[in-house]
Amino acid sequence: MTAELSIPTQGPAEDDIVHNPRRWQDYFTFSTDHKVIGIQYFVTGFIFYIIGGLLAEGIRTELATPDPDLVDPATYNSMFTMHGTIMIFLWIVPAGTGAFANYLLPLMIGARDMAFPKLNAVAFWIIPPTGLLLMASFFLGPAQAGWTSYPPLSLLTGKVGEGIWIMSLLLLGTSSILGGINFFTTILKMRIPSMSMMQMPLFCWAMLATSLLMLIATPVLTGALILLSFDLIAGTAFFNPAGGGEPVVYQHMFWFYSHPAVYIMVLPFFGVISEVIPVHCRKPIFGYGAIAYSSMVISFLGLIVWAHHMFTSGTPPWLRMFFMITTMVIAVPTGIKIFGWLATMWGGKINLNTPMLFAMGFISTFVIGGITGVMLAAVPFDIHVHDTYFVVAHLHYVLFGGSVFGIYTGIYHWFPKVTGRHINDTWGKIHFALTYIGFNVTFLPMHILGLQGMPRRVAMYAPEFQGLNQVCTYGSYVLAISTVPFLVNAIWCAYKGDKAGSNPWNALTLEWQTTSPPQIENFEVLPVLTTGPYDYGDTAEVEEPAKVFTTSG
Amino acid sequence: MQGSISDKTQINIETATHDSHHEHPDFRIFGLIVFLVAEGMIFLGLFIAYMAFRAMAPEWPPAGTPKLDLLLPGVNTVVLIASSLVIHQADAAIKKNDVKGLQLWFGITALMGIVFLGGQLYEYSHLEFGLRTNLFASTFYVLTGFHGLHVTVGVLLILSVLWRSLKSEHYGTNNHFGVEAAEIYWHFVDVIWIILFILLYLI
Ligand code: HEM
Ligand SMILES: [Cu+2]
Repeated sequence: MTAELSIPTQGPAEDDIVHNPRRWQDYFTFSTDHKVIGIQYFVTGFIFYIIGGLLAEGIRTELATPDPDLVDPATYNSMFTMHGTIMIFLWIVPAGTGAFANYLLPLMIGARDMAFPKLNAVAFWIIPPTGLLLMASFFLGPAQAGWTSYPPLSLLTGKVGEGIWIMSLLLLGTSSILGGINFFTTILKMRIPSMSMMQMPLFCWAMLATSLLMLIATPVLTGALILLSFDLIAGTAFFNPAGGGEPVVYQHMFWFYSHPAVYIMVLPFFGVISEVIPVHCRKPIFGYGAIAYSSMVISFLGLIVWAHHMFTSGTPPWLRMFFMITTMVIAVPTGIKIFGWLATMWGGKINLNTPMLFAMGFISTFVIGGITGVMLAAVPFDIHVHDTYFVVAHLHYVLFGGSVFGIYTGIYHWFPKVTGRHINDTWGKIHFALTYIGFNVTFLPMHILGLQGMPRRVAMYAPEFQGLNQVCTYGSYVLAISTVPFLVNAIWCAYKGDKAGSNPWNALTLEWQTTSPPQIENFEVLPVLTTGPYDYGDTAEVEEPAKVFTTSG
Repeated sequence: MQGSISDKTQINIETATHDSHHEHPDFRIFGLIVFLVAEGMIFLGLFIAYMAFRAMAPEWPPAGTPKLDLLLPGVNTVVLIASSLVIHQADAAIKKNDVKGLQLWFGITALMGIVFLGGQLYEYSHLEFGLRTNLFASTFYVLTGFHGLHVTVGVLLILSVLWRSLKSEHYGTNNHFGVEAAEIYWHFVDVIWIILFILLYLI
């Protein structure tokens, strides 16, 4: 009904548009513009990333020697607790679901904003004060029970810090649920009329799957935290065996959220990679449907594997068997995606620029993390390495090698769109090289340490582990330094970089069919699809003809 | 928003084609339902936790827990279920542009909600166990309390709709998002209570 009014846009001519430049003040207001909110999420997240990173350097420096010589063990406990909590809840979740999804979803589906812009702003503005609240607990005796906060330990180590921790997570969870409502509604209801579900960019599919997890899993964490806070503050004993409670119930509730949470942290980046690879390889994505549906399958399976974190928590053998099998099955849809990306690259005109390098870095490290994941899923193996550095190695390969590499991939890819300027590619490559090397030097040895039996979450360790620990520590310094070229490059180029134009990569998805940075309300005239999101190169190469987009009236 | 687009006619096209939230209240209902699914997951998590505590305990409720009296909560349940039927009348009324009817039925629903809350407080004050007595007592108070909080929010929602309905023309046949939202929320609270009642009192 509406489509004939609009013209098919192939990137509007620059000067046709009256630019309404954003003022920097806008970023400090309760703005309802999804693009402002996206950037607010990212910058806030990155600040917390730096704080969490400094904590990590503290942890690694402490671990350079077997003795607790830098900080005392209690401080060490709060350092890794805060490190984990910050990285997960204040950096990766806000960056993936907050920054990327907010900025990109409306643009990709040809909408002018999210479905509920005010709710969107509320969801964002919960985060900075909550982050500050959590930081404040540093000065009041921070929580010490790890990001998992298992009772009864969490009930015994400092009421104030733990109370603040619970409060913060309740608030961040609420923010996440509100975000989920917005993404889910936006994707389902706000697409331009000519875009069917099977014509959405794959990032939208990834976010659809993510938003389902945010909506279904996060509330269960809320429930667990409500009960935990009663145990802490009101003296009940839901999870306290001393009063007849069951700590294992907390573990079940926590992991019912936190395993899906790992997919909340990585699915958006599966989406990012699916966008970036076809553009820089000039080839249609291989297996659109398979990649799209595998996101949904991951989301479903992700909800029924949680007890693989609890193989050593007295879980009965038949239940362990169930969770072992479901966990291993998750490798199938994940593998499908990896094959899809590799097949897309195969025979493509690969442009080895920074976004592509980070995307390839993502795939290589994520595969290692996936493999160690399947190893951990095997009960007989897990019983030996549970709570050792092997798990630490696994989770950093998927969360750093996966999520953080995914964030960088996306930043380099969409930088020209967001700022209207190119980011320097040489410095980008230096950033990539330092990150990739630093990352592997830091985390690869942890596999061996874990297999040798070094437990996680302790400030002291047996002297024979020192050599490899020092390697990890030096690697972590490289990793810390690698952030500097990125920050300088990004800030410099945001103001002084070469003008990029609306579509520097010659990409086909809708966010590239408007100005850079996109004008307020995104599009002069709502676009109509004339091509599929990935119809690069020879059209004969298109996998399934059904996916060729048509201009529907 | 703050954008000024050069061509006036294009703005018209835009308002004609753009899905604006004001023209599409159905998004808000959709959003509300999605929100209630999430809210329901909190309850589901708590219900399953309750069942797990129960399954793991050697005896349930633990020995020495005074028996719950069924009369008052039974009456309360009837009141709450009936109020769901009452609030539906309000919805039917406003669809016929009958603001007086809306006010009448919403008023009655709010009263019934308040009666429910009063009944619950009365029950609390007469129970022979406290929050910390044992695991059953703790789950009992936290579950019913959390639900009671939702009833309170529901009553406040209803009262705020009532307040707004005093302004003439605020609600009408084609404009009754607030009415519908309050109704849906109220049904939700009602369904949760039925499950809770069965879990805590009957089985
Ligand atoms: C093929 C996919 C995967 C499998 C089979 C898998 C399996 C596992 C298993 C069995 C554990 C428990 C180890 C233990 O504590 O003994 C574990 C831990 C963990 N995994 Fe994965 N995983 C996979 C992917 C991921 C992804 C994609 C992420 C995040 C993006 C992730 C993040 C984590 C984290 C954070 C932990 C440690 C939690 C903790 O105890 O602090 N995993 N994984
Ligand atoms: Cu898991």
